[in-house]
Amino acid sequence: MSIPQEHDYIGLSEPLPVEKSSDKILPSSSASGIEKNSVLNLRETELRLGLPGSESLERKAGNWVSLFGKDLKDESGNGLCQGSLKSFVSGAKRGFSDAINGSGKWGLSISGGSEVDLGKNDVLFSPRGVCKGNNTMQSCLPGTSVKEISSVKAVEEEEEKKNESGNTAPASKAQVVGWPPIRSFRKNTLATNSPKNSEVAGKSGSGCLYVKVSMEGAPYLRKIDLKTYRCYAELSSALEKMFSCFTIGQYGQGLAGQERLSESHLMDLLHGSEYVLTYEDKDGDWMLVGDVPWEMFTDSCKRLRIMKGSDAIGLAPRTMQKCKSQN
Amino acid sequence: MDPDQSEDSPSNSANSHGPTQPQSPFPDEVLEKVLSFIDSRKDRSSVSLVRKDWYNAERWTRSKLFIGNCYSVSPEIVARRFPRIKSVTLKGKPRFSDFNMLPRDWGANVHSWLVMFAKVYPFLEELRLKRMTVTDESLELLAKSFPRFKALTLSSCDGFSDNGLKAIASHCRNLTELDIQDSVTDDVGGGWLSCFPENFASLEVLNFSSLNCEVSFDDLERLVGRCKSLRVLKVNDSITLDQLRRLLVHAPQLMELGTGSFMQELTPRQYEDIESAFSNCRNLQVLSGLWEATSLYLPVLYGACASLTFLNLSDVALQSSEFAKLLVHCPNLRRLWVIDTVEDKGLEALGSSCPLLEELRVFPSDPYDRHHRDGVTELGFLAVSRGCRKLRYVLYFCRRMTNAAVVTIVQNCPDFTHFRLCIMTPGQPDYLTNEPMDEAFAAVVKTCTKLKRLSVSGLLTDLTFEYIGKYAKNLETLSVAFAGSSDWGMQCVLEGCPKLRKLEIRDCPFGNAALLSGREKYEMMRSLWMSSCNVTMKGCRLLAREMPRLNVEVIKDEGNDDGQADRVYVYRSVAGPRRDAPPFVLTL
Repeated sequence: MSIPQEHDYIGLSEPLPVEKSSDKILPSSSASGIEKNSVLNLRETELRLGLPGSESLERKAGNWVSLFGKDLKDESGNGLCQGSLKSFVSGAKRGFSDAINGSGKWGLSISGGSEVDLGKNDVLFSPRGVCKGNNTMQSCLPGTSVKEISSVKAVEEEEEKKNESGNTAPASKAQVVGWPPIRSFRKNTLATNSPKNSEVAGKSGSGCLYVKVSMEGAPYLRKIDLKTYRCYAELSSALEKMFSCFTIGQYGQGLAGQERLSESHLMDLLHGSEYVLTYEDKDGDWMLVGDVPWEMFTDSCKRLRIMKGSDAIGLAPRTMQKCKSQN
Repeated sequence: MDPDQSEDSPSNSANSHGPTQPQSPFPDEVLEKVLSFIDSRKDRSSVSLVRKDWYNAERWTRSKLFIGNCYSVSPEIVARRFPRIKSVTLKGKPRFSDFNMLPRDWGANVHSWLVMFAKVYPFLEELRLKRMTVTDESLELLAKSFPRFKALTLSSCDGFSDNGLKAIASHCRNLTELDIQDSVTDDVGGGWLSCFPENFASLEVLNFSSLNCEVSFDDLERLVGRCKSLRVLKVNDSITLDQLRRLLVHAPQLMELGTGSFMQELTPRQYEDIESAFSNCRNLQVLSGLWEATSLYLPVLYGACASLTFLNLSDVALQSSEFAKLLVHCPNLRRLWVIDTVEDKGLEALGSSCPLLEELRVFPSDPYDRHHRDGVTELGFLAVSRGCRKLRYVLYFCRRMTNAAVVTIVQNCPDFTHFRLCIMTPGQPDYLTNEPMDEAFAAVVKTCTKLKRLSVSGLLTDLTFEYIGKYAKNLETLSVAFAGSSDWGMQCVLEGCPKLRKLEIRDCPFGNAALLSGREKYEMMRSLWMSSCNVTMKGCRLLAREMPRLNVEVIKDEGNDDGQADRVYVYRSVAGPRRDAPPFVLTL
């Protein structure tokens, strides 16, 4: 298929830990038995990137204006403006929408002090991101939001220009120009997951690499983009989150939140649990995940399968040399 | 009134002494000889203010020129005052241009300077440029005008392509340093490296790590092989591990190394070879590059790390375990730059392995929070402060912080000279108490009496700025974003902070009253930047009218009402308003 698509559960699991903006959660035509209406409704309740209440990312400009226009009639003071700015720049995870409501409190206390000073100054208005007083806000806001949008758009265009070779994550969320203060050359090296160098055999450096993931006993499969992970630990934790609803046992329980595993640890972990992660390689053989360097694995992996440990006894780990001689 | 080039003294008249000057106790030649030993800019500036003959002696003996803002003075004025310059450092754009806050063709073009230098300083040997636009034409002029030219540094510059670099490589027979740091330009091919003549062997410093080009490895290898004095070599990521090994075999004497790509399928034999190549580098003090290094290949480095003082891992996203293992081999580390994928756990390992650490910079792997990676928190910073008591420079990007943590950190490390904390969500409070971060920065300025540079972030009220104004006696550079409640905050800083030189502010509720309150102060500073604040054209015009020795420049955003001054750049200058300002820069 040409367009990468994601199939998502009906709210049973969280979205992938690494999610690109372009991956809209679309209803698949092959998701039989699911009414279109119900899927759309459930999308409203999903945890996604984007401002709360936003339908899709194209409408973020419209949302930005409405956030100012509508909500500010309800609350007053500086707090909301700062809170809005926060959600604006952060892309509004749920936690931040709470912060918006919470920020109203401290915002008011601050504005209490500064409003006294306002009287002394004659030219003060047109707030930018941080609003000054109640009476000024309504008049200036449409202008403000337009400004923010244009600067946001400029950022996005710039971001897209910078995302040249190999960067699979296009500019998505609304961002403030020049914030956080990172040099552009750092942004390019850090955010990309795919290697740029053509030295490593067979690397294209761009696009995505979707493989099916099946699990014994699960009623449906998942698809993941291998390009979005940098190492086995990330893959493992993503799969754990994705399939946790199906595991009765302690699959991957050894993964304490912050820990990152090296490739050798992964094998220990899998051996300790009921389930084993395997993959089908280019030759059609089923292999144990974790034997070969990550790059080699993503190169040769065609699909993944989570097997019960007892079924995976027949798989023998291969050495790097053996794999290399095959390629 | 004579201009004063130095940053540190006010631009007052240097020569208005009494009616007659008493006879100097010794002849000019002696005075000049003595003064020729003085290197420090500050001292030279003081010397020039003593009396007229000292001023003259100083100007004849000065050989190094430092201009922190290229628009504060003109090439003509400089040429008139200093006849014998061999080394020039020039800085151009305001720092926020690094973050795309200035349009491309804003200015700071070095060409007019080079034209003047070609006329007046034919014996120029060094040119160090920062945030300037450097065209190929300028590089060609440079290459052909100065027969003794030795050292070129282009730090965060733009505007050139490989044609300009080819000219440098071909014509600068005595070149010892070619350092292209962080200059991002997409048009550079790699052909320039092959333009060094076959008999050219004087290179000591070569840094092209930020260039996006492929050089001829054969030519590079030959070049490295014949430059026996090479002590700094930083290649870009087009160079593979195995190629690096060959370079190291030619140059085991290297003191600073920037590797190329660290990701390559190696046979066991190749692995051993590169391991031993690294082990033979016994003088290595600085290491950087390491693109795409993984736990598989990092161990080849271990043998070279014993004398390492500066490790720059800002191009490779390591995990905590491989990072910790690497640190065990670097007990003498003084400076570390790292990406936050090492997380708090990695920073704990840093605290235990590197007690001599003086500088730490932690960069975010996910600045726009796309992947919801955790990065580092206040716990990591705390851990470092407990283990590394000599910490004096920190740049820390994080998503959460607490006042209590910062208070403890500065108690552990009171010697901070540079404290740059960036809580990435604008206006974010203490995540435990939900209060502003005022107390954190209060602790910083009260405890760290040597503080020279401060960047604040998080939710901050005017209280923070009251503290800064009151306690930060040595502060020279202050960066503020999304902070403060009113003009009062900025006024506190401008009325306090006696040594303030650079003030950069964005997205704060500071308006004309604040701007105008600092009018005399700006003459003692290098520059002021204010963007997306509440300053208006009226206020800027007023400032410009009252302070003729300041340049007040405004850039307006499109689609805004005419009253708003969106980006304001104020700086002292003896050269008057810019003559090369593009149309969108309004000089008031």
